[in-house]
Amino acid sequence: MIRFARLASSLAIIALLGLATSAQALEEEVVLGLSQDRVAITADFDGSEILIFGAVKRETPIPKGPPLQVIVAVSGPSSPVTVRRKEKKLGIWVNADSVIVDSAPSFYAIATSAPFQEVISDTEDLRYRVSIARAIRSVGAAMNIENAQDFADAVVRIREDEGLYSLRENTVAVDQQTLFRSAIDMPSDLTEGHYTARIFLTRSGQVVSSFETDIDVRKVGLERFLYSMSREQPFLYGLMSLAIAVVAGWGASAAFRLLRQ
Amino acid sequence: MQVYLPIAEVSVNAFLLLGLGGIVGILSGMFGVGGGFLMTPLLFFIGIPPVVAVATEANQIVASSFSGVLAHFRRRTVDIKMGLVLQVGGLIGAGLGVVVFNYLKSLGQVDLLVTLCYVVFLGVVGTLMFIESLNAIFKSKRTGSAPAPRRQRGWVHALPFKMRFRTSGLYISVIPPIMVGVAVGILAAIMGVGGGFIMVPAMIYILGMPTKVVVGTSLFQIILVTAFTTMLHATTNYTVDIVLAVLLLVGGVIGAQIGTRIGTYLKAEQLRILLALMVMLVCIKLGLDLLLMPDELYSLGAAGGH
Repeated sequence: MIRFARLASSLAIIALLGLATSAQALEEEVVLGLSQDRVAITADFDGSEILIFGAVKRETPIPKGPPLQVIVAVSGPSSPVTVRRKEKKLGIWVNADSVIVDSAPSFYAIATSAPFQEVISDTEDLRYRVSIARAIRSVGAAMNIENAQDFADAVVRIREDEGLYSLRENTVAVDQQTLFRSAIDMPSDLTEGHYTARIFLTRSGQVVSSFETDIDVRKVGLERFLYSMSREQPFLYGLMSLAIAVVAGWGASAAFRLLRQ
Repeated sequence: MQVYLPIAEVSVNAFLLLGLGGIVGILSGMFGVGGGFLMTPLLFFIGIPPVVAVATEANQIVASSFSGVLAHFRRRTVDIKMGLVLQVGGLIGAGLGVVVFNYLKSLGQVDLLVTLCYVVFLGVVGTLMFIESLNAIFKSKRTGSAPAPRRQRGWVHALPFKMRFRTSGLYISVIPPIMVGVAVGILAAIMGVGGGFIMVPAMIYILGMPTKVVVGTSLFQIILVTAFTTMLHATTNYTVDIVLAVLLLVGGVIGAQIGTRIGTYLKAEQLRILLALMVMLVCIKLGLDLLLMPDELYSLGAAGGH
């Protein structure tokens, strides 16, 4: 699975390189920096902010025409999601129809330097899968279910409410069409995995350059230890949970007896 | 202070969990119920995934019940023999319950099953207890004598495999206690509860045990059933969140001690009527959730789960 993901991402990079060469006429390229390329989930993890900054490298003068725009998109690992819809049956609300959305990122944040519609054209969005709706893939929706699109929309709506998906326009600052910076807020309810940060430079809605880099989000310390133990040594983990429960129960009982004496 | 829960993968306020544990612990000590029937819905409400809430709650109940039962052991109000017989049924029930739970999880109907179980059981038990304890209070005021549940004597006493339970002062068949145990075990696994809210009335009204040993025996039996349920969930679903459990049980065990003290000052009928009211309140709240149109019709789940 991991190997497949790596293969897919390296294919994507190759594809992006190909596109970059075809857009070479404009000769603008992203040079990127991240405030951190890993996020450590510790026991007191309360969200994180990643600063993304970069510069546009070019050999020629700044081209004439509309100004350079920048899009920053950070996405979490994708996985299939089952979306269920409640219906009223026999007077109560129960889960009825369900659709499996083939791939939806666990986290997706977009920051742009201008309103989204002005920054990137629809065809370029389709090609690079930048917008939230395009980042979700739902090809295998069952034909017998009406309004399958509603299910994909529900994924976006629910995750937007939870702060996992966000589109923040005008939050990338661009100086002199050369330097840009933005901050992406990572919520406290993060799942582990390889996150990717993608940067697109656009002019008149056309992508002129793009760049992709990984952000590693991992549980560390106690969180890592407990999580691994629950998966690798479930029996021991269960016994440990019970031991803690019994000791705590006995401890409280004994402590209260001492208090009363 | 926010704490990131490693298994639930959500970040929650530690003091909120400690407080919830404390309040539920007080009720647990007072009524001899694990308190899971209150805690599990509360955990859903603060955003813990239902599968994690159910499994972790089982673990937390072990702690609060253990803390409570020690006080009852000292007062010799635990019928160990009865507890062990109930236990045989409880283990069978817990095993069945986890199988049903995992099957419905794959169908996406776990939430419905859990809520329906709550509404039906809490509704029936709450109403019956409420009516009965009201009657008991009126009778004791008029005649001053304790009510004798003579009606049940018939079928419970006609069954074979009789056994003597000295602490309870009973000589009855082992079949009814085992059946009660199975029912409670299934509920423990499905609902993330110890089953005390059904165990306590079953012991009083079906088995005819004296109220003074009911609470201790119920706690004793709950510990074993929930310990078994915790192990099953931990090894099949990996959904026991130890950090969540610790936070809840620290508040819970302290609350249970306070609750046990309060319980000794109240009369049996008063305890029962309070418990009945609380059970009915939770039932009404959950029932409304099923009947009223939810704000969000859609829900998300991991695809291709177990």
